[in-house]
Amino acid sequence: MAAGRRAAATLIATAGALALLANFHTSSGSALTVRTAGGSDTTTATTTITSTTSVGTPVTAGAPPAPPSSSEPASAATPPSPTAPATSRAAVSSSSAPPSTVSSTKQVDGPVIGTPYGDVQVRVVLRGTKIVDVQPLTLPSDRSRSRRISERAAPLLRTEALQAQSANIDLLSGASYTSEGYAESLQGALDNARS
Amino acid sequence: MIQPREGTARGFLRVMHIWGTAISLDVRDEVEPAIGDEVFAWFCRVDEIFSTWRPDSEVSRVARGEMYLRDASPELRTVLELCLDVNQDSEGAFDIHVGADPRVEPREGLGPIDPSGLVKGWALERAGDILQRAGVTNFAINAGGDILTRGEPTPRTHWRVGVRHPWERSKVAMVLEVSDAGVATSGRYERGDHIIDPRTGRPATGLMAVTVVAEDLALADGYATAALVLGERGPAWLAERSLAGAAVRNDGEIVVTQEIDRYRVA
Repeated sequence: MAAGRRAAATLIATAGALALLANFHTSSGSALTVRTAGGSDTTTATTTITSTTSVGTPVTAGAPPAPPSSSEPASAATPPSPTAPATSRAAVSSSSAPPSTVSSTKQVDGPVIGTPYGDVQVRVVLRGTKIVDVQPLTLPSDRSRSRRISERAAPLLRTEALQAQSANIDLLSGASYTSEGYAESLQGALDNARS
Repeated sequence: MIQPREGTARGFLRVMHIWGTAISLDVRDEVEPAIGDEVFAWFCRVDEIFSTWRPDSEVSRVARGEMYLRDASPELRTVLELCLDVNQDSEGAFDIHVGADPRVEPREGLGPIDPSGLVKGWALERAGDILQRAGVTNFAINAGGDILTRGEPTPRTHWRVGVRHPWERSKVAMVLEVSDAGVATSGRYERGDHIIDPRTGRPATGLMAVTVVAEDLALADGYATAALVLGERGPAWLAERSLAGAAVRNDGEIVVTQEIDRYRVA
């Protein structure tokens, strides 16, 4: 229960920041897969690495797995609409979700939100307390302007959700960033949120 | 845009720009923020001893032959000994003398004696000692992506460390939960191919990045650098040493050692 609410709250909290996210480009080539290298046995480790099997756990930043289609009829997410933040904020009170287990993913469909450009609805995929994907179910498409907004919004929705998930990290490890690079690093964002 | 975790209002956070990067000190105990001054004074001292960018640092003077190692600070001698340990354990993949190799293209900041691949982690360990001696028990320090954690961020939780996605800087590739451990990442996506393979004199390009988790951040730092240089063989080399590691290959595949399962939550 709390897990879903926190995820939804985090998503909503970032809804107003869509414009900022335009700085972060998405790329379809970001999928990462994970496999395990050899075990601790020194004599076999080197050979093990060549014959390892895939763990099959895609990491959160990559393309999410096809989740089991156990969509729960709960409303836990509000689509961050680039044009109507006030409308999306109205759905905060409806952020309740069924309890979720840590190991499996869960889909939660958000409410249909009316915007000046048409209806918006998203599906949030959670693994435990973490958002692993946001899929737009309904986006405005009736007018060309709406379609343009939607084309922009769909990848941003996903980026934003994954970034929102990173609200649950305290620190960021990575290759040494420069003092200048820090300002636009995720660690810099985390520090700003903390201070 | 990013919300702090619940219950993080205690303590203080300070950021210092030094060593060409930014160091974040995140203290979760109710202590006088003045302890941060002591930690940052230590980081300044580290710069005076170890900076390869400063001609007046101890390491630069020793490299030029203007100072005997026996006259240098115990800190410098300790770090050089640690570097030698990693050098021997990595069959030369980690080598502080790479800047003196005539095959290596000279560049600013690459000294003839260059312990940069390990000193950051070691310096954070000592900063942790300073804080713990002062009674601080729950804190984390992040120096440009190398992280020391002690205690808990909030009661009964672990520090959640995101490992940066190699291509998309706003994303994480992996999440680790650690307490009383260090997380070091060496990679070539942030500063280019700046890590040289001492065995060839050429930039190490076999892997995109390597992250190592260990109780001792100095070793995590040195082993992450060595594993990056070892390239394809790096993950197995870490596994042979029962180290928790994750390597991002150039094709985007992440190769982890079994030991990382202790920490990896996503």
